[in-house]
Amino acid sequence: MSFFEMQAPDGAIRACYAEVKRWIDETGIEGLHRRMDEAEAIFRRIGITFAVYGEGGDPERLIPFDLLPRVFSRLEWQRLEQGIRQRAQALNAFLYDVYHRGEILRAGHIPQELVYLNPAFRPEMLGFDPPGRVYSHIVGIDIVRTGPEAFEVLEDNCRTPSGVSYMLENREIMTRMFPGLFAKGLVTPVDNYPALLLKTLKEVAPPACKGDPVVVLLTPGSLNSAYYEHSFLADLMGIELVEPMDLFVENDRVWKKTTAGPRLVDVIYRRIDDDYLDPLAFRPDSLLGVPGLFHAYRAGGVTLCSAPGAGIADDKAIYVYVPEMIRFYLGEEPILANIPTWQCGDAEGLAYVLAHLGELVAKEVHGSGGYGMLIGPHATKAEIAAYADRIRANPGGFIAQPTLELSTVPTLGETAVVQRHADFRPFCLVGEQMRLVPGGLTRVALTEGSLVVNSSQGGGVKDTWVLRS
Amino acid sequence: MELSVRHQTTYRYETPVSEVALRLRLQPALLDNQTPRDWTVTVNGALVQSFRPNAFGDGEGFFHRRTGVEEVVIVAAGLVATRDRAGIVSGFRQEAPLPVFLRQTPLTRPDGALGDLARSVADPDRLACLHALSAQVRDRIGYRSGTTSTASTAAEALAQGQGVCQDQAHVFVSVARCLGIPARYVVGYLLAPEGDQALRETHAWAEAWVPGLGWIGFDATNGLCVTDHYVRLCCGLDAQDAAPVRGSVFGATAIAIQADVMIGVAGPSADQQTQQQQ
Repeated sequence: MSFFEMQAPDGAIRACYAEVKRWIDETGIEGLHRRMDEAEAIFRRIGITFAVYGEGGDPERLIPFDLLPRVFSRLEWQRLEQGIRQRAQALNAFLYDVYHRGEILRAGHIPQELVYLNPAFRPEMLGFDPPGRVYSHIVGIDIVRTGPEAFEVLEDNCRTPSGVSYMLENREIMTRMFPGLFAKGLVTPVDNYPALLLKTLKEVAPPACKGDPVVVLLTPGSLNSAYYEHSFLADLMGIELVEPMDLFVENDRVWKKTTAGPRLVDVIYRRIDDDYLDPLAFRPDSLLGVPGLFHAYRAGGVTLCSAPGAGIADDKAIYVYVPEMIRFYLGEEPILANIPTWQCGDAEGLAYVLAHLGELVAKEVHGSGGYGMLIGPHATKAEIAAYADRIRANPGGFIAQPTLELSTVPTLGETAVVQRHADFRPFCLVGEQMRLVPGGLTRVALTEGSLVVNSSQGGGVKDTWVLRS
Repeated sequence: MELSVRHQTTYRYETPVSEVALRLRLQPALLDNQTPRDWTVTVNGALVQSFRPNAFGDGEGFFHRRTGVEEVVIVAAGLVATRDRAGIVSGFRQEAPLPVFLRQTPLTRPDGALGDLARSVADPDRLACLHALSAQVRDRIGYRSGTTSTASTAAEALAQGQGVCQDQAHVFVSVARCLGIPARYVVGYLLAPEGDQALRETHAWAEAWVPGLGWIGFDATNGLCVTDHYVRLCCGLDAQDAAPVRGSVFGATAIAIQADVMIGVAGPSADQQTQQQQ
C-alpha cells in the first residue's frame, strides 16, 4: 500500500492537508473541474508548453496541470531542506576534488576509472579553479517519498535542471485563481526564486569582473524545448537572453554585440550542453557555441554556470557513491537516503539483476527521462527477456533499483479526488552561500497506478506548498 | 642542441571572412627536455600573448578578429634548446591523473584487430611491451601519404595497412590504452635525420607512461624514442584533441590550407646574433 500524503489509512486527514481538504469539500468536484478548465486556458494563453529537462517529446504539447496542491508541513520541509543542502554541498565538493587531486578516488571510496573514463568527465577542466569552487550552481534533486518519514533521492541534476518555471507559474496561477487560499498566509512564498538566482550568479563573478557583474542567460534558441523557461527566467531576473551568435571572445573576456558597440559579460547562466558551448574546446562540428568561450573561462574572464564537466556528479554510475561523498567531504551521515541500486557492471550486481529483473526497475546509466527503462512488474515476459539481452551485451551501461511504493498525492479525477504517484524536484542554489526556496516542482503520474511521472510519458505538474507552521 | 624553428600555417578563403577565432597550441612548454627562447606566435603579423597552460600543461592561446580578411597567416617561430634524455619526457608544470590517458576517443576506439595487436605485444615488462608495439606499428602500417585523412581512425589505418604519422600514433595510443597503459598523442617538430628542412610539416608521435620512468616519447614512424631532434608542442587524447591550430570562421570556407615547417640546427651566426642583442 502506498503512503497517501493527504489521508491516513483510518480516514483521518493529515494536519498539513486540512486547508486543502476544506477547500476541496467547499468547491466540490464539479466546481474544481470548472476551475481546472479555466487554469488550462490561462496556461495555453501564456504558452507554457515546454518539456522538462532531457525528456524530449513534443515541445508544443501542454503539460497537464493538476489543480490540487501537494503539501509539506514545516517539519517535513526542514528535514528535506537539510538533506538537500547537504547533498548539494557534497556534490560540489566532489566536483572540485575530481578536477584536482582526486582524494576520494585515492582513498579508494570510488573506483578511479568510473570517474576518469566517464564520458561526463571533462579532462579540459583539470586543475582549474572556478570562482567560489562552485561547479553546479543550481542543483535539482529528484526526491521520492515512500512513507511518512521516508524520503529518498532518485537522482541528482547538476548541469542545467529545468522545471523551476513550473514551480513559479503553478503558484502564480493558483494565487491568481484562488486568492482566498493564500490570504491567511499559511503557505511560504516561492516568488523570490529569480532574485535569489540572480544573487547567486552575481556571487560567482570571475576575477576579471569589476563592479556590478553583468549576467546573461545563454539559450540554444527558440527551437529548444525549454526555450520558454529560458526567456521566462531571463525576464524575471531582468537580464538579457542571448544566443551564441550574440557573443564573442576577445582579450580573454566575453562581449555581447550590441548596436552601441561591444558590451562586457561577466557571468553566463548557460542552458546549452557542454558539447555545444565552444567549438574550439569541445565538439568541433558544433554550429552552436561561442569560439574561445572556454579559453576566456579558464583565463578568469567569465564564469560559466554550471561549469563544464559538472555532469560527472549526476551520472547514474556515480549516484550510488553520493552517500559516501557526504561522509568523506562533510563528515556527516546522509540525511536523505539513496535508493538501493545494483550496478550491472559488477558481477554480483549483474547476477542479482538478471535473476530478479521482473521485480526491478532497470535503467540505462546514461539515459534520462524515463526512456529506455524497464519497469519489471509492469513488463511482459518477452520485454523482460529482451531487456536482459541488452544488459548482457553491455552490463556497465545499466543499473537497477527495487520498484518503489511511491507515495500518492490527491489528484482531481473525473468524479472524485483520486490518488496518484508523485515525485519532487527542489532547486538548491549554490554561490558564496546556499539558498533554497521552500518548494519545488511536483510531478505526478496521471494514469492510475503508473509510477512514471515524466511529462513525456503522461505525467503532469502541480503546485507544491510548504506550510509556514 | 639548439634548434631554430619557423612554422607557418596559412588559410586562404574564397571571400573575406567576417570573423576568425583560433585556438593555438603553438607555444612549446619549458621541460627538462627543451628550453624555448625568443619564441613568438603571430597571426597576420599581430603578436598573440594570451598563452597559458591548459589542463595537460601545454600552452594554449586564443586569437580573434572581426574583420574581413581573405588570408590568415599564423607564424610560430623561435629557438629551442633540446636535450637527449633517452626518451624520457619530464618537467611538466601541470600533470593530469594518469587514468585520464586511458580514455579512448572516436579516433582511437579499438576494434577486434587492434585488440589482437594488443594481445600480440602484451608483456609484463612495460618498456619491452611498448618497444614491441612501436616496432609492430611501423611494420603493420607503411608510411604513405594521401592514403588516409585527418578523420581516419586507428582501426581504419590498421585495416588499410598504410598511413602517415598521425595514423601510426593513433594506433600506438589505442593499443597501449587497450593494455591499460596511459598513452597520449603528441604533436611537435622533428629535425629529420637527413638534414635541415627535410620535413615540411608538423610531426606526430606518442607518449606512454612507464612506472619509475614517467612519460616516454615513442616515434613509431621512425622506430625511435624521442631525442634532442624533437621539439614538443602539445599533447591530447587524439589528433583532434591535440591539434596545434583549431579554427572557427564565419562567412566563408577555406579553399586552401598550407603548413610550412622550417627546422634546423641554430648555427653559430644565429648564436652570435642573439648574443649581440644581449
